[in-house]
Amino acid sequence: MSRGARIGSVTEVLRASGSGTRSISHDPVGPVRRAIGLLGEVLITSGVLILLFVVYQLFWTNVTADQAAAAQTSRIEAQWAAGGPAASGVAAGGSAAVPPIGSGVGLMFIPRLGDRWVEPVLQGVSLTDLAQGVGHYPQTALPGQVGNFAIAGHRATHGQPFAYLDQLVPGDKVYVETRASWYTYVVDRMQIVLPTDVGVILPVPGQPGVAPSGRLITLTTCNPRWGSWQRLIWFGHLVSVTSKADSPPPAAVAWAGNTS
Amino acid sequence: MYAWIWHRLPGPWPVRTLLGLVLLLLVVVVLFTLVFPAVSGWLPIDRVTLTPTTGAG
Repeated sequence: MSRGARIGSVTEVLRASGSGTRSISHDPVGPVRRAIGLLGEVLITSGVLILLFVVYQLFWTNVTADQAAAAQTSRIEAQWAAGGPAASGVAAGGSAAVPPIGSGVGLMFIPRLGDRWVEPVLQGVSLTDLAQGVGHYPQTALPGQVGNFAIAGHRATHGQPFAYLDQLVPGDKVYVETRASWYTYVVDRMQIVLPTDVGVILPVPGQPGVAPSGRLITLTTCNPRWGSWQRLIWFGHLVSVTSKADSPPPAAVAWAGNTS
Repeated sequence: MYAWIWHRLPGPWPVRTLLGLVLLLLVVVVLFTLVFPAVSGWLPIDRVTLTPTTGAG
């Protein structure tokens, strides 16, 4: 039925055909239904975005971090092989220059966390450093130095190297490989602290201003695993240093015997 | 929104479907490489270090 009908007859036409008003409109959907449809699309899109972010955070960050850590491990080993500056660790009693941020301090092995558990130790604890391995608090001692060799690592996502750090047992070994040496640390005790409790990474943990005499290690990560209101801390100490030139790697990490 | 995009894609429906998927992939790549990494740093589970203030670390 044409809208061109004479005005006088329009109302009669509308009255005559019940569905007339609807067939006249060019827009089959009214503005309200259109708005609801748009809202639905926006809501579905938001849901998909959030799901994608969960996939990114829980899965993809681990993929990229594992790749980055493997690349850093290779880079550090290549530098050792080339006799480059990635020396870091020092002979007992010696001192070494502070490595630049982002450079390799060494490789860390914790057999309790996995038979093939290895992470590059990078200088610095920024998110960039921590997404490629574990991070060395720059102001703290280097492997083997008197003082506290303090390390941070992610507990969840970004490679999550310290995901199961809570499952260490006192007496567990932490091996640190540098260009010239193997350092064997033993963990002694675990503590849960507040994020602001910086005393745990002091040269003598918890005792500001005290000159260190021991060679200690501190591992830090977040606690609980999917939260951030606490920090999980392991304290340990150095038990032995072996020269890579003179002796094979410690038995537990013999598989890592790469560059001599 | 999606209907609007669909009507502006050229070609018959198989071509449109393909183009739509390419667009979707492009959006996902941008999200994963630019947007999500920037947002991720704000998550509390990324805080694993000890700081005098409760900032990120």
